[in-house]
Amino acid sequence: MEIIYITVPVTLLFIACGVAIFFWANKGGQFDDLDSPAHRILFDDDDAKPKQAEPKDKAKDSDS
Amino acid sequence: MSDCYHCGQAIDKGIHLTAFVLGEERDMCCIGCQAVANAIVANGGESFYQYRSDLNETPEFTLDNLPTTVKQELSLFDNLDVLQDIAQANESGYEATFIVEGITCAACAWLIEKQLADFAGVKSVRLNLTEHRLYLSWDQKVSPLSEIISRIYSIGFKAQPYSPDAAQQQLKAEQKQSIQRLVLAALGTMQAMMFAVPLYVGEWSGILIQYETYFRFAGLAITTPVVLYSAKPFFKAFWRDLKTRHLTMDVPVSIAIGGAYIASVYSTFTQGEEVYFDSVCMFTFFLLVGRFLEARVRLKNGEAGSELHSLMPRATLKVLENGDEALVPVNQIQVGDVIRIVPGSPIAADGEIVAGSSSVDESIITGEFIPVHKQGGSPVIAGSLNIENPIDIKVTALGKDTQISTIMNLLDRATQDKPKIAQLADTLAQYFVAGVLLTSVIVFTTWYFIDSDRAFWITLSVLVATCPCALSLATPTALTASTAALRRNGVLITRGHVLETLRKSRRILFDKTGTLTLGQLNIEKTVAVHSTEEEAFLIAASLESHSQHPIATAFQSDEVLTVDNIQNHSGEGISGSIKNLDYKIGTAQFLGHNLTPPDDRHWIGLAQNDRLLAWFLLSDQVRPHAKEAIQALTNLSVECELLSGDQSRHVQEIAQQLNIKTFHGGVSPQGKLDYLAKQDPEDVTIMIGDGINDVPVLAQAPVSIAIGSASDLAKTHADVILINNQLKRIPQLVKQAHKTARIIKQNLLWALLYNSSILPLAAMGVVPPYIAAIGMSSSSLVVVFNALRLNRLPK
Repeated sequence: MEIIYITVPVTLLFIACGVAIFFWANKGGQFDDLDSPAHRILFDDDDAKPKQAEPKDKAKDSDS
Repeated sequence: MSDCYHCGQAIDKGIHLTAFVLGEERDMCCIGCQAVANAIVANGGESFYQYRSDLNETPEFTLDNLPTTVKQELSLFDNLDVLQDIAQANESGYEATFIVEGITCAACAWLIEKQLADFAGVKSVRLNLTEHRLYLSWDQKVSPLSEIISRIYSIGFKAQPYSPDAAQQQLKAEQKQSIQRLVLAALGTMQAMMFAVPLYVGEWSGILIQYETYFRFAGLAITTPVVLYSAKPFFKAFWRDLKTRHLTMDVPVSIAIGGAYIASVYSTFTQGEEVYFDSVCMFTFFLLVGRFLEARVRLKNGEAGSELHSLMPRATLKVLENGDEALVPVNQIQVGDVIRIVPGSPIAADGEIVAGSSSVDESIITGEFIPVHKQGGSPVIAGSLNIENPIDIKVTALGKDTQISTIMNLLDRATQDKPKIAQLADTLAQYFVAGVLLTSVIVFTTWYFIDSDRAFWITLSVLVATCPCALSLATPTALTASTAALRRNGVLITRGHVLETLRKSRRILFDKTGTLTLGQLNIEKTVAVHSTEEEAFLIAASLESHSQHPIATAFQSDEVLTVDNIQNHSGEGISGSIKNLDYKIGTAQFLGHNLTPPDDRHWIGLAQNDRLLAWFLLSDQVRPHAKEAIQALTNLSVECELLSGDQSRHVQEIAQQLNIKTFHGGVSPQGKLDYLAKQDPEDVTIMIGDGINDVPVLAQAPVSIAIGSASDLAKTHADVILINNQLKRIPQLVKQAHKTARIIKQNLLWALLYNSSILPLAAMGVVPPYIAAIGMSSSSLVVVFNALRLNRLPK
């Protein structure tokens, strides 16, 4: 059972690190906008090959 | 015919506009949509149409026909003085924040970012989708700001420089901190529970004293930051309540958190009976979640364009001594200067007309959208809109001295005067706190005589067992569920007290124009005299197509005839010739020859030379479902009244049409405030409005509702916003408020029942901490599930 004398402080350390990282990220504005980053990653993908993507998606597009 | 590919509006008959998007010709409803779609495709943003999840807004104007004000503002962006004002200089140029209007989905944000990033001078561009703010950093020498902003207009959005005031910045900082408090409490709760498990298990199976103490210290280490940082707002409120001698729910909450924490600390160091670290963390976390959600709703709706500032132009034409005109920033104008206001632009200062005559839209003060005729010597007010002809104005007041600023002052006063209504939970808290404290004293005294060693611990367990967790969750959970249900149905609640306050309401005051009516003119009836209705309408529409006056919107048509010699006679009508025949449209006096309209309503006539062709009856139509809504409200024994800035007899007509018994016309913004002040506070009067002139009264009314199409300023100061402009939601809102009150009462009753049943057990000293913790969580769950019943709106 002596192992808990190490594991518990390690847990506390992890928590402290987690909280510190979160506070730092929050101060840097990471949580100001929770909506757009989720979508942005989808859009940026197709920048490189817009020409090829077009004909395939046409049918899907016209009814949207 | 399909709908418009860009904005989704139905395409009117006779319009054949297309744009080539994604390999196909797409139908467009107007040249605005067409220009925007073409601009997006031409600038390589075509895939935007693949990814957008919502349709776009119909653009108000295209880059080729921007209103004069926008053009002026754009050209002004490159003026160094103005640039200093709206942007901060940094090492590579400038950076500034803008409010962008017209964003409907995430793809819009992507499109704007991508389009702006194309500019060589743009260093960084970031659009915050939640707040619709654009952060831009650019090099003015490479890409002037006017060009960058023009691009935003060309793809169908609008942008305005944004400078947050101190209060908004503070609100934002608080929101940031509250996320931190919440996350710390969440992590702390998980960990404190983990450390509590060995202690609970040890209670049954036995645990070595050194391990018990060890885990207690671990719990202490994790709970201390939660109490000191996350729970700080509760203690602050507790201190404020103590100073003002006013008991709110924060008092028992603080006593419970503080008491349990101190007892646990004491117990940890003295190896006493029990610790409550997990309960302390969990309690703090639950309460913070409720507050966080409430604050988020408020922040989201309260921010956009809350400044009156945005109504005022940044630049105006100054008439120089030699008669020339020059575009100057408004802050360089002085009292006594003469400024020229071109049609379609807002007036920059209070003043007096020295040359010209025109119609001016003064809805900012009166709420009425039909313009007032002004000529030499007439006073005009800053913020009102010049419609027809250029006018020269001698400035009499600027900035803070203008009449429109008095609305701001009224607003400040009204906000302070807003009556505070005691919330149910707070009233209850007073008795509850008194009861708990009294019981604790009795328990301590009794046990002191029975077993003086245990007296302290048993008193503490009474305090913790009666910890008002369910009690303090009873209200916020019900309010959150109810608010969410209303939001799904297009009713946005922006202040927490609304649902509790609404149920007491006995009176509702409606504004007329734009609230009960649509706020736009329509042709109600046509009386053809020497012509057919169709022919008369076609000629009228052709003439009116050359006018900026709101009356012209009633005559919108796709096909118009070519009109020559068009002349606008301000306040009277329009004349022009079609196929060499002279026509006139306007008031009876304007047509001449002692013509009299059919009755004294708003008729305008059309004449060819001296021959009357037709009369058109114009009216501002009542919103759909207005009558049903008022009937339903009357059935709920809420009295409906009409309070309007309009002086005409139209007020009476609308009131009779909708069965409203009490109505007042010609009421000024101050008059509305006075009228509201005369009402019995017991009636909890609701105010519904939309215009700038309604803003002070919206701010002061116990409950205020703004129509979704209202001005931004009105929406910011309203407690409720009807997003879809549907008046029939109002009775539903009142019913939901009653239902919410019922659920809150049930919740409070349950919480009290639980607390009072565990109290005697705790007082006898037979409740171990794990039972207290389980009891607390399950009673909280009951409260939460009961609140979920509010998810469906009453019919």
